Amino acid sequence: MNNMTTPVLEARDVTMRFGGLTAVRSVDFTVNSGEIVGLIGPNGAGKTTFFNCLTGLYIPTEGTVSYKGTVLPPKPHLVTMAGIARTFQNIRLFANMTVLENVLVGRHTRTKEGLWSALLRGPGFKKAEKASEERAMELLEFIGLADKRDHLARNLPYGEQRKLEIARALASEPGLLLLDEPTAGMNPQETRATEELVFAIRDKGIAVLLIEHDMRFVFNLCDRVAVLVQGEKLVEGTSEVVQADERVIAAYLGEPFEGAPGEAEAAEVAAAEAQNASTKGDAQ
Amino acid sequence: MTDTTKTTPTARGLIPLPLAAARALLLAGGIATTASAFLAWTWTSEFPGDLTITGYPGGLQWLTFTAGILTALFALAAYGIRGLGWLLPARNNAPLVLTAIGAFGVTWYTIISIAVELGGLANLEPGGYIAAIASVLPVLGAFALPEPNTGDTKENLKAYIAKPDGIPAPQPLSGWAERALITVVTALGLAVFTYGIDTEYGELFIGYLIVVVFAVWALHTAGLIDRFSRLVAHNRSFTLAMGFAAAIVFPFTQSNDHYANIGVNILIFGTVALGLNIVVGLAGLLDLGYVAFLGVGAYTAALVSGSEFSRFSGVQFPFWAAALAGAAASLIFGVLIGAPTLRLRGDYLAIVTLGFGEIFRIAVNNMDGDSGPDITNGPNGIPAIPDLSFFGYNFGEAHDIAGFTLGRFANYYLLMVLIMAIVVLVYTRAADSRIGRSWIAIREDETAATAMGINGFRVKLIAFALGATLAGLAGTVSAHVTYSVVPNPYQFAGAAPPNSAFLLAAVVLGGMGTVAGPILGAALLYLLPEKLVFLQDKSLLAFGIALILLMRFRPEGIIANRRRQLEFHETGQLDVPDTTTLTDEPATVTKAGA
Ligand SMILES: Nc1ncnc2c1ncn2[C@@H]1O[C@H](COP(=O)(O)OP(=O)(O)OP(=O)(O)O)[C@@H](O)[C@H]1O
Ligand SMILES: [Mg+2]
Repeated sequence: MNNMTTPVLEARDVTMRFGGLTAVRSVDFTVNSGEIVGLIGPNGAGKTTFFNCLTGLYIPTEGTVSYKGTVLPPKPHLVTMAGIARTFQNIRLFANMTVLENVLVGRHTRTKEGLWSALLRGPGFKKAEKASEERAMELLEFIGLADKRDHLARNLPYGEQRKLEIARALASEPGLLLLDEPTAGMNPQETRATEELVFAIRDKGIAVLLIEHDMRFVFNLCDRVAVLVQGEKLVEGTSEVVQADERVIAAYLGEPFEGAPGEAEAAEVAAAEAQNASTKGDAQ
Repeated sequence: MTDTTKTTPTARGLIPLPLAAARALLLAGGIATTASAFLAWTWTSEFPGDLTITGYPGGLQWLTFTAGILTALFALAAYGIRGLGWLLPARNNAPLVLTAIGAFGVTWYTIISIAVELGGLANLEPGGYIAAIASVLPVLGAFALPEPNTGDTKENLKAYIAKPDGIPAPQPLSGWAERALITVVTALGLAVFTYGIDTEYGELFIGYLIVVVFAVWALHTAGLIDRFSRLVAHNRSFTLAMGFAAAIVFPFTQSNDHYANIGVNILIFGTVALGLNIVVGLAGLLDLGYVAFLGVGAYTAALVSGSEFSRFSGVQFPFWAAALAGAAASLIFGVLIGAPTLRLRGDYLAIVTLGFGEIFRIAVNNMDGDSGPDITNGPNGIPAIPDLSFFGYNFGEAHDIAGFTLGRFANYYLLMVLIMAIVVLVYTRAADSRIGRSWIAIREDETAATAMGINGFRVKLIAFALGATLAGLAGTVSAHVTYSVVPNPYQFAGAAPPNSAFLLAAVVLGGMGTVAGPILGAALLYLLPEKLVFLQDKSLLAFGIALILLMRFRPEGIIANRRRQLEFHETGQLDVPDTTTLTDEPATVTKAGA
């Protein structure tokens, strides 16, 4: 683990109410640089809602979110601009754009060519476009989709779509990456590859916060795990601490967590999740 | 798409004939149809086009002649005649079937029109009967061609007009050969288009549509259109240049300024549709009040034109200043309307823009000094807008250039070609850039786009304002072309273009997100009511039916954007693009350098 632990993300007292329902209740949460942090919790615990509060898709009813010491305005594009990028639980790629174009859109905050420069096509424009494309291709190579650059995103297999979403998020050169169930719907090999990928992303100096239902994945990967139950943060600590905590077991696992749950079981949970998600509202 | 790899049951024709007989029937029928165009079909020249002369085709007979030749050509290609193989690369039946139906359609349409209009079959000469019979032969031949028989009649019929999936790639051509080919096709296209504009009566235009639709359909199923689009993708700038060259040549081919008038109106309509395509096709914002921006440009130009009926009758801007003023006024109007409305999504935006569009028309109607400030002269509008004059070149007068006479409308037509060139440039450059990508991203998924750092409101406002500006620019010319501006044309829906509904229809019908689509759509939508005057008040009904049919069978529009095509026609296959058409720009650049 990194010993230079400066906080990247600090959520303070974040509460999100939908009418009478309190989906997230007074959550304090920190992610330090170089960390991989997991956020787990049963269905409907408010994990995605919390992500949406962090990224400005929802305006929290109470509380603030700050990135590297500055409080973020609850506007998604400003949050991304500041350096937080995310993926979505139910993949939200630009389906009718090519793989490369998807990543190029991710570069939006790190490029600035406006309409005029597009119309006039000066040397600056061409240089910027070329640089953007090179950077996007690097990312596609990193993620392993370089040879599919001109395929439409909608035509990629599911696992590759998840990867592409990660590449698109990375294109904004974030300091913190939020992954909402990155392995949902993946087979065991793909899950393993995603594990490697998350480590590789961390090694690039990007902190990662991820929601996941695949416990083996979470406990393998994360330096720290927080458990959200009914909108409240129940426990937070290292994998060992969380796995041993009685309340977590009671609230979430239902049984002692010695022999980690089988792959089949995890996949089942994930599948149910994906189903759940597709019937849910807008900003998942 | 039909599955051609299915375990083939017995391949035989719907009409039981041996293959040799079917082919012979096609060829002979095609030639006979062609020849029958030289006969007299009716005894009186009352039917337009004079079909009474033996030995020389007239009017609709020319269309039968052309369709017959096409049928015969495809029939010869099916025989494997050397030099014609390129016509039928996949050696499929569909092009034969479709050209045969086209020839049959136009011939029988003519015969029936003669009988109906002149009151009875008695008005047909023997030549008419011969043509009718001759044109049936190729259809019989076509449906006698062997196709896999699935036992299901509907499937069987579909197989006859299906485009096969695997069309063999053509032999690569050298650079100059590709360009020569593009030049020839552009010239042909110009000829076909000019013929359509110059059709003098509704029957001829309908016949023309029948032939063109079936011929294009046949070329499409033969795979030739795909091949040509690949050529175009290789030589994008060259094709664009050729397209504009053809557009410039058009008025020189016209002896009657009336057709140049049609041309200039199509260009205005097409330019505005292209502007709308930025808003609807790229950014996905349904704008139902777009025609108001054309109106803003037109009124601005009229106010500063020096017309004595203008509120500012002493003011006469030079055209470049008037054009800038019109564009700027539209831009401001666009931002004013966009800023409060673009926070809305989807349906709400559509309704609000519809409202704003109507507000413009009603406000202009009322600003007559009685019900409002005296600015626009109310329903009377601003008449007597003087003609433009550039460096002593008066647009209102006919000029002789290199032996050709350019009339008033031809002058404006050429000015509009310039403006359309600007708009095409703006469209293509904006679309292929950071801003264009963010428009498409917003259209695809607004939430994801904002989460990727796109300021949705800002980007949408830019699209909206840019679209408005381009429409305003076109409006400044349109004010001069029509001599006067009145509030009425700038409405949501009406029987003639331009109005917001027609503009939207031009974009959707032509093909959203493409350059050529909205222009083609605008041309069609302008010509239909113009040429089919006999439909009168039923033209909107016919238009509605045509639109429903098109959206049912080709939802991506006549010219399909690659994205949209894949969106609407699930092939179930991975889309593996042709390596040479990957990126439009670099390909052009390297080609241009070569
Ligand atoms: N926009 C919304 N309006 C009203 N209620 C909402 C909204 N978004 C989420 N909720 C509710 O908030 C609660 C938390 O939902 P959330 O999607 O955050 O759960 P989650 O922890 O991500 O669950 P899962 O593991 O199933 O993804 C649920 O009861 C959900 O119905
Ligand atoms: Mg969730």
